[in-house]
Amino acid sequence: MDLGKIFRNTFLVILACLVLSACATQKKVDTGQMQGDVYTGTDTVKYLASGVPDRVFFATNESVLTTASRDTLRKQAAWMRKNSDLTFVIEGHADERGTREYNLALGERRANAAKDYLMTYGVAGNRLSVISYGKERPVDSGSNPLSWSKNRRSVTVKAN
Amino acid sequence: MLFRHLFILIILLPIKAFALIEVDITRGNLSPLPIAVSPLSIDEKSKESFNKILKNKDMGLEISIVVENNLKQTGLFNPLNKDAFLQKPDIAHLKPRFEDWALIKAQALITGKVTFIDEKLRVEFRLWDVLAAKEMMALAFTTVPNNWRRVGHIITDKVYERLTGEKGYFDTRIIYVSEKGKKVSRIKKLAIMDQDGFNTKYLTLGNELVLTPRFNPTNQMVTYLSYFRNLPRVYLLDIETGIQEVVGDFPGMTFAPRFSPDGKKIIMSFAMGGNSDIYTMDLENRIVERITNHPSIDTSPSYSPNSKYICFNSDRSGYQQIYVMKSDGSNVKRISFGKGLYGTPVWSPRGDLIAFTKLHKGKFYIGVMRTDGSGERLLTENFYQEAPSWSPNGRVLIFYRETKTDEKGEGFSAKLWSIDLTGYNERLVETETDASDPSWSSLLSN
Repeated sequence: MDLGKIFRNTFLVILACLVLSACATQKKVDTGQMQGDVYTGTDTVKYLASGVPDRVFFATNESVLTTASRDTLRKQAAWMRKNSDLTFVIEGHADERGTREYNLALGERRANAAKDYLMTYGVAGNRLSVISYGKERPVDSGSNPLSWSKNRRSVTVKAN
Repeated sequence: MLFRHLFILIILLPIKAFALIEVDITRGNLSPLPIAVSPLSIDEKSKESFNKILKNKDMGLEISIVVENNLKQTGLFNPLNKDAFLQKPDIAHLKPRFEDWALIKAQALITGKVTFIDEKLRVEFRLWDVLAAKEMMALAFTTVPNNWRRVGHIITDKVYERLTGEKGYFDTRIIYVSEKGKKVSRIKKLAIMDQDGFNTKYLTLGNELVLTPRFNPTNQMVTYLSYFRNLPRVYLLDIETGIQEVVGDFPGMTFAPRFSPDGKKIIMSFAMGGNSDIYTMDLENRIVERITNHPSIDTSPSYSPNSKYICFNSDRSGYQQIYVMKSDGSNVKRISFGKGLYGTPVWSPRGDLIAFTKLHKGKFYIGVMRTDGSGERLLTENFYQEAPSWSPNGRVLIFYRETKTDEKGEGFSAKLWSIDLTGYNERLVETETDASDPSWSSLLSN
């Protein structure tokens, strides 16, 4: 095998790697951040404490908690139980693809879905208040399915 | 304030019952009626007096322009270019030379006269049928000079009513939410303006989020949602005094308010524990009544003009649909059965139709249906639009429309639009800022 051939083969392999990784990156942006139409990425997520994400995401027009959401809320509940002096506001939000008044109700329903789950895991109801912002406070101003999925959320915020 | 100065209305001459000109407003009008709006005649002394008070060069001309613009916006009239007018305003007002007006193809003619008397503005006008060479109506008003635009609106209402046989909607105002700033942190204020976009006033400072203002059909009160102190609640605002108060004492969010047709009740949603139901509060005795009791979302209630029924939005079938019930909450019936989701039902002041927003396959529509759900008609389609509000005569709908943002999330805007019930004459309603959630007042004078 002469040097030229080795060089050529190596070049092809490197090229193939580049193409593949480019595809992988591309794929992640397109669908890797959503399952169905529920956001599964971490772009907008903040943390109440190390390993305790502050928000959960919903499918269009839904307030059902996904497996991932329930996992997040259990982490929140465990942390809240350890920090019993803290109180919280749970903010419910909707995306821009719905009428304003229905979205206010939907945001309230989402925030309460999160609140109810936290209560099931031992957080006292009087430590948790809810507020719905409907579609009034998006985190992502895009007009596309990924942006909308980031906006359909319930966010737990420290109140004191 | 403006409304304390009542208009004095004097009928100069008896209105003749027969008219040859008629404008049909029940279908899209593809050949608007050619109408000449002569500048109202004005003597030099009056002209100077008004100029001193209002900095307006020719009150007669200015009022005629208000009338002309109103007529043009309806799509039913074609106001002719004033440059083509052959007859002087003062002579035309006494006795038009009908041949001259027929020559420029005018079928109707409005003439008038403006004078400054005792610090007041006196306006008389006449409507003429050019082809029949006859006077159709004549009226005079006296008011404070500041009300001059309203005089133009009232003249338009009278002319519109005489020619179409239906009440006008020009001496009216629009309350809406003025919007500024980035999409993720919009600043919203309550704003009010004349129906033609003039005299904009801001009623809140923008310190807290405000949404969905609605007029009381009987007076100058407004109900709306405010996030004052981060507690979203329905408020009542008196536009004249600026006094506001929270409506009822609810332990959670109240939203989607509207007045009953007699203006004595507010109907709204109250959300608690993930469930929204419809409630009313009597503004006189403060008694709160629960109207719906269902684990679904019940919102966007709107009374029928006779107060016997309520239409509302509910997802009790699984998705947003429109329902009608008796005003005590009994006999709930779903009326929307087309493909897609339906929201924001609002009962026409004429009683026969319900306007709504529809979402189907990623597009938003403004439409109307009969009160039993039959005869659905979609008037306009767009990326995003919602929240129709009826003109007081039930002939025009005003709503808001939002634009799609680009890849960078830029280019967002929200604007008011109007469209005729016929589906014709879609127009942008100019506002000083971005705008949403419009609500149309009743006629200020009758």
